Amino acid sequence: MAEIPESLLRRSAEAKAKALGVPVEQVLAEMKGEAPPAAPAPAPEPAPVKGTPAPAEAPAEPEPTPEPAAPEPAAAAAAEPEPSPVTVADPPSGGNGHSGNGAGRVAASVSARPVAPPANAPEGVRTQRLLTVVKARAIQNVKAEPTDKVNTWPHLMIAEFTALLAMTALLLIMSVVLQAPLLEPANFNATPNPSKAPWYFLGLQELLSYFDPQIAGVTVPTVIGLIGFMMIPYVDRNPSTKPSDRKFAIMLYTIFLTGSATLTIIGVLFRGQGFNFSYPWRDGIYFDDLKDWVPIGLGGGH
Amino acid sequence: MRKVSGVADGNEKTGLKDRLTEALENLRGSQFMESVLRPGSPFKKGYSDSPRNRSYVIMNNVLYHLHPVKVKRHGVKLSYTLCLGGLSFFLFILLTITGIFLMFYYAPTADRAYADVAALSTNVAFGSLVRNMHRWGAHLMVLTVFLHMSRVFYHGAYKPPREFNWVVGVILLLLTLLLSFTGYLLPWDQLALWAVTVGTNMAGFVPVFGNQVKFALLAGAEVTAGTLLRWYVLHVLFFPFIIVIFMAVHFWRVRKDGGISGPL
Repeated sequence: MAEIPESLLRRSAEAKAKALGVPVEQVLAEMKGEAPPAAPAPAPEPAPVKGTPAPAEAPAEPEPTPEPAAPEPAAAAAAEPEPSPVTVADPPSGGNGHSGNGAGRVAASVSARPVAPPANAPEGVRTQRLLTVVKARAIQNVKAEPTDKVNTWPHLMIAEFTALLAMTALLLIMSVVLQAPLLEPANFNATPNPSKAPWYFLGLQELLSYFDPQIAGVTVPTVIGLIGFMMIPYVDRNPSTKPSDRKFAIMLYTIFLTGSATLTIIGVLFRGQGFNFSYPWRDGIYFDDLKDWVPIGLGGGH
Repeated sequence: MRKVSGVADGNEKTGLKDRLTEALENLRGSQFMESVLRPGSPFKKGYSDSPRNRSYVIMNNVLYHLHPVKVKRHGVKLSYTLCLGGLSFFLFILLTITGIFLMFYYAPTADRAYADVAALSTNVAFGSLVRNMHRWGAHLMVLTVFLHMSRVFYHGAYKPPREFNWVVGVILLLLTLLLSFTGYLLPWDQLALWAVTVGTNMAGFVPVFGNQVKFALLAGAEVTAGTLLRWYVLHVLFFPFIIVIFMAVHFWRVRKDGGISGPL
């Protein structure tokens, strides 16, 4: 407590002097000078302050040593705005107890001071200021309405784990029972008849046999298939998710769904030699992905 | 759970099962397991079923924390989502695992590819099973992704604020198709060769620069040995890399856009 650095003491004194309008030297002398800390406070000191003693002051007063007058920072901070009345009262009286008290207060304010303001803050200026006004609104668009929620663990995890196990079982059984096709080695000179694309492109291949390739090969898959699908949320401005409110959208999608399924099924099952129409029950299935596991021995052209 | 048969008369004779359970309990309480399991793990010693721990299970697990701690009650119902998105992701993981297995036994050269695939059925333990899983899993994934998209459409789940996630989802569908299609060539049999020939012929119909697209895809004017290497790299590295990025965005946006969509 005794070793207050000179610079801090000086700064504190300057601030105090500015606040009181008295010369710095006077305040400084008063702060560090003629108040040896050993001096006991003689008198109870009835009312040096006009009714505004800092909270820490009251318990400190009865004790003889000045040490208690240096309270913990919180109390010091509380006491800080108040030093003016004390020091105004101080110079005339100049008593031992007063100056001791004053020194204690200064120590308190000094000990609190270095923490509070930034190092380059101008003296006597309050360091908090208005930077900006922020609207009380979150960055993200949170629309928290009270909803009925359950814990992910265990309620959702159980459902997911079950689905995962079921899929694993399905895949394992499929893989044990059904052999993946492997035909003869690739031969650039032997074009199979018919040549079919993978099944998910067979709808497209089917379209290719009806329309000009520019339309079926490019316009349909890229324009409708990709760009069109990506644009759905921006085209469909209907905010409702109720099926009864969006009959048109549902109808369009269902047409797409059934259409592509139909085309794919035709491409898979009903296209034979030369990609001409054929009946699977009469001419066999011309689809090599199914080759090894269709039970009916219809064995097409292979 | 503990069997008390051995300790009925005295305490010196304990069964093997008792000693095993005790050793397991000690292991669970050890500093090592304490450090492995994060707070709230159901495997941790002294785990109790409390709302706090239920949250910790999700929050403190690197895999589970893709999920929110709580979900809407209707979202738990299997009939709402049919788990299709999750199953697509799960199939992707299965395909990655089986694909890595297959890579050990496959060389993407015209003179070895077919023999390597054929050898999977004869020379490699579980080779045939893993190849079948990879192939059927790929077909299933195309199916689940497509059905997932249909489910989302019928629920109107692409509506604000989820528009962009729908766009990401369409890209994911495209990438799934590309992954499947590039894998189609790799067995290097007649089915692979001619399906890819037919498929890439469609790309040749792109207006203006159709031939360039086809040339870039095939590394030549038609399917050649160079195509095999190109599609192999696309299949095992390039497209998986891209699709993982888009999947990350997709899952993240599901959370950020407010979880799965509301009930109808």
